[in-house]
Amino acid sequence: MKEQPILEVRGLTKRFGRRTAVCDVGFELWPGEVLGIVGESGSGKTTLLNCVGGRLPADSGEVRYRTAAGPVVDMLALAEAERRRLLRTEWGFVHQNPRDGLRLDVSAGGNVGERLMALGHRHYGKLRQSAIDWLAQVEIDTARIDDPPRAFSGGMQQRLQIARNLVTHPCVVLMDEPTGGLDVSVQARLLDLLRRLVREIGVSAVIVTHDLGVARLLADRLLVMKGGEVVEGGLTDRLLDDPHHPYTQLLVSSALSV
Amino acid sequence: MRADDPVLRISGLCKSFTLHLRGGVRIDALRGIDLDLFPAECLVLRGPSGAGKSTLMRCVYGNYAADSGSIRVAYAGGWVELVGAVPRQIHSLRRDTLGYVSQFLRVIPRVPALDIVAEPLLTRGVAPGDARRRAAGLLERLNIPSRLFDLPPATFSGGEQQRVNIARVFVARYPILLLDEPTASLDEANRNVVLDLIQEARRDGAAILAILHDQAAREALSTRVFELTPRLAEVA
Repeated sequence: MKEQPILEVRGLTKRFGRRTAVCDVGFELWPGEVLGIVGESGSGKTTLLNCVGGRLPADSGEVRYRTAAGPVVDMLALAEAERRRLLRTEWGFVHQNPRDGLRLDVSAGGNVGERLMALGHRHYGKLRQSAIDWLAQVEIDTARIDDPPRAFSGGMQQRLQIARNLVTHPCVVLMDEPTGGLDVSVQARLLDLLRRLVREIGVSAVIVTHDLGVARLLADRLLVMKGGEVVEGGLTDRLLDDPHHPYTQLLVSSALSV
Repeated sequence: MRADDPVLRISGLCKSFTLHLRGGVRIDALRGIDLDLFPAECLVLRGPSGAGKSTLMRCVYGNYAADSGSIRVAYAGGWVELVGAVPRQIHSLRRDTLGYVSQFLRVIPRVPALDIVAEPLLTRGVAPGDARRRAAGLLERLNIPSRLFDLPPATFSGGEQQRVNIARVFVARYPILLLDEPTASLDEANRNVVLDLIQEARRDGAAILAILHDQAAREALSTRVFELTPRLAEVA
């Protein structure tokens, strides 16, 4: 297996005052892989994701990314303009609260088309067709294309946020509790959708979740975080069925059937 | 590789569980297991409850991490060592080589039965139409009514779920099959269909490791027996 990781995080540390939220964390992400990061709230998993995705400045560490063009760059050391370009074109970020990832007063179609326009697409008919295709992909009635997401349910908003991120076929997508805050039935639909899209587009993803059931269904591999550190990692079903670290055993035994 | 070479070689395999929530109690489940599995045989694991039959099978599937020893799987003209393998290697083995029928079905709630069965083929890059046709053929053979194909199996009976589980593994024609009670919870007619499927796979050269409590199934399928003795000694 000569394949190279698409993302390599090394020695990532983030402090808030005297508290270390993320302590010397490293991991690799391979092409087409879904990596889940699990742990209780306060374990540092969202902070880690935000640092990797450039939404929070890390205190130290590297986020080495293999760009679509080939060269490996350290996202944390990159010039701001280039970093923003990559984040907008080759990366996606799905927020737990869709309102943080959408423009609520812009139409659904406009939300999907925005990233394409940032890439220089200008042809109105093509943009609109892309938006229609993607709304259908994420199972939103295409008749709603001109409605603002403010008028959508939580589940629809979340699916729209996913369409908005995937329309440019990003290489890496970071997701923070993508199914959090949704009804169980809506959650199941979203899980199914995410799995299908990940396979069809071949995107690599990092998914932060506190829900071990979600992690089992979506992730190929898991990292368990506690107190800002990774305490155990490995194949998803191995980690959930044969947990080794005391904290992982506690986490698994505390969950309702996973 | 010759036809009479093993496709799975287990040597000196040890597996214990340390229960940190119970004061660090250690359970020795497997100790020094040596086993070779050959193409076109059905090796039945025997032993009382707690002897480690399912544990051994889960170690081979990579679901449990062995403490020490070696589990080598024939793969792409060579051997892959499973003990200490990285997750990507285990995913490759599961995609191409290792099929595992567990005792229950675990799937995404909303996915239709047909797609669940087609999935192993889709992950190998088989075209969706072709994958679904093959999945439907197998479900029909297992007497799942076609009106159920588009429904998620969560609402199915236990026997129907088990047959979906079996279809999902047999659709992919793995060279090594791990079968943990494949005929449990099936009525006689369906059990016979499953026994036929297993026999056909074996005659086609699949190497089969099976746990079969059902005596009729054991008599019909077993070509060799491997005895496991209980080792449930707790070490403080």
